Amino acid sequence: MSSVTADTPRLDFAGSPINKALTAEQKIELFRKMVRIRRFEQIALKYYNAGRIGGFLHLYIGQESVAVGTLSLCGENDHNITAYRCHGHAIMSGMEMNPLMAELFGKATGCSKGKGGSMHFFAPDKNFWGGHGIVGGQTPLGLGLAYGLKYLGREGAALCYLGDGAVNQGAFHESLNIAALFELPVVYVIENNGYSMGTSQKRSSSYRGCLAQRAEGYDMEWDVIDGSDLYEVRAKTHIALERARKEHKPAILEINTYRYYGHSIADANHKKYRSPEEIEDYKTNFDPIRLWRKRLVAEGIITDEQLDAIDKEAAAEATAAVKFAEESPIPTIESIMDDVYWETDNQTPASKIGQHFFTD
Amino acid sequence: MSRTLTYREALREGLDEELARDPNVVLMGEEVAQYNGAYKVTEGLWAKWGDKRIVDTPISEAGFIGMGIGASMLGVRPVMELMFWSFHSVAFDQLVNNAACVRYMSGGLINCPIVMRGPANGGTSVGATHSHIPEGLFAAFPGLKVVSPATPADAKGLIKAAIRDNDPVYVMENTKLYGNTGEVPDPADGDFVIPLGVADLKREGKDVSIIAHGRSVLHALEAAETLKEQHGIEADVLDLRSIRPLDVDAIIKTVKKTNRVVLVDESKGFGGVSAMVSHLIQDNAFDYLDAPIKRVTTLDAPAIYSQHIEHEQLPNPRRIVEKVLSLR
Ligand SMILES: Cc1ncc(C[n+]2csc(CCOP(=O)(O)OP(=O)(O)O)c2C)c(N)n1
Repeated sequence: MSSVTADTPRLDFAGSPINKALTAEQKIELFRKMVRIRRFEQIALKYYNAGRIGGFLHLYIGQESVAVGTLSLCGENDHNITAYRCHGHAIMSGMEMNPLMAELFGKATGCSKGKGGSMHFFAPDKNFWGGHGIVGGQTPLGLGLAYGLKYLGREGAALCYLGDGAVNQGAFHESLNIAALFELPVVYVIENNGYSMGTSQKRSSSYRGCLAQRAEGYDMEWDVIDGSDLYEVRAKTHIALERARKEHKPAILEINTYRYYGHSIADANHKKYRSPEEIEDYKTNFDPIRLWRKRLVAEGIITDEQLDAIDKEAAAEATAAVKFAEESPIPTIESIMDDVYWETDNQTPASKIGQHFFTD
Repeated sequence: MSRTLTYREALREGLDEELARDPNVVLMGEEVAQYNGAYKVTEGLWAKWGDKRIVDTPISEAGFIGMGIGASMLGVRPVMELMFWSFHSVAFDQLVNNAACVRYMSGGLINCPIVMRGPANGGTSVGATHSHIPEGLFAAFPGLKVVSPATPADAKGLIKAAIRDNDPVYVMENTKLYGNTGEVPDPADGDFVIPLGVADLKREGKDVSIIAHGRSVLHALEAAETLKEQHGIEADVLDLRSIRPLDVDAIIKTVKKTNRVVLVDESKGFGGVSAMVSHLIQDNAFDYLDAPIKRVTTLDAPAIYSQHIEHEQLPNPRRIVEKVLSLR
């Protein structure tokens, strides 16, 4: 992000085949997806501040184009997995707002029955293998999804998201080596928002040109993408995904983006390590939703009023999800012991052999 | 003379004093320097001691913790912050194969005077991967020392002892304790160090021994108050403070006095510190027991997120009171 300014001339990716193929409806749908993520989170933020949501809340606001741009390219054979900043990927994977909001509220109707929280959304039925709490810990899992696809002789590729801070974990490097060595259909997407908590990319990583270039050491393809341009995200990710699907070749994509809020909402420090000017500049000049909006209007597909209406719908959907969450029951104490072992949940004969639980 | 400090301030004061005492002491970890620490334990230390002594690391636990262990072999005395002890898993090889074993494998030629510190606890609704309580796990590796301070004074005294110790010491703090206040001796009254391996009788009673460590000590004290007021039961509350070395004498002494024991441990039921303590009691004081040894532990499942019921998964004063009453 740092080397790009509002006036930097940009290539236009609207004409690339994958974008040219988009209908007006599909373009509007991309807008709807981005605002649904943003509205969901803005309302979650409000209720977090009101003490209704526990633990951490890592907001994705500012980065919506990454999940929406990349996952809009995925079909029923493709899979994805990410870290704890997972709301955007979950919504984009097709998860409904009600169970997501209920999860944040710690309710039994949550997508993980109140057991996972903000960092641990999952929907394997939608090929979304979750949010994961250990930095870099999901990167070998993404590799495993790709290995599984290839082993099982299935079509498709795996998208594995990570932050710019996570690139320094050993697990990521080990994953890259295996990905290239075994020729696995995995695309690593580094969501480079410039910071890992309060540490800027420059203070956390040693690199030459960019983080994705590390792929070269593993004889792997890579690219760098401007995350404020949905067309560019789609055009370049499409190439990597097709290569993964058809040739079983992995890749690293580094998508430059920005988060507007602190690392988590508990991060009271975030105005100290980033200047207000920097945040404002991004919001004004690079906001992916704002730019997509302008684009759609310029293309004559839709009016500002119609877009406002879509935005309103998204906000109403999120508000309704809060109502659902508020009215949902809390988990029972006994439920703490559910979902630990498959066999005890299903009361199979094996569940009666030996003792599974040891309390006090 | 003493002053009231928070647990976090007491730790910071201990770190600051050791930085001043020994130029080889270095603090390292994610966000410990410019960000002032994820939990503000190291606040102000970077401003005071600068880049050389207070070092921000990338998120690469195996790398930077292994680096600390290597540097300690050469005589540096690194104090490494793990943002959560749950992240030990990323560096497990370094923590248990290198730090724990190098002295033994070298026949005592190499020492490893490193301190690992940070919060190890549940109770903050952060879900399974962020709520591990691994003091029993690490205490199971000979070569490692493990402490778990409950009060500000203990936190300061133990962190200072840990830094001066010539072996790896793992200090298990607790996010829920950082804001708690307590009396801490004034530095003007001399160097305040609490030797590793000395338990502390936090409350005197004659009817039952409640043995705990870390945050559970506070739950035990609260339970003891309730037991006295509502049931006329006087509890001895023994704070282990140090898990390894373990003050077995203090444990046996209180058991011989009260003849009844409830162990409180935030670890899970299987394994854990209380399982070991229970064994030691039956081995050393079986004839003094008037009732079976009971435990209050964390319900044996990964940590639940839901803020509505997480406290019921963990030991709490109510569960301790119930367990004590069950002994009658
Ligand atoms: C192994 C491990 N170490 C530390 C943490 C604490 N932590 C959580 S997120 C984070 C910063 C990660 O930054 P980045 O990878 O850039 O992702 P972003 O938050 O910017 O999306 C840290 C230090 C953790 N969850 N896991």
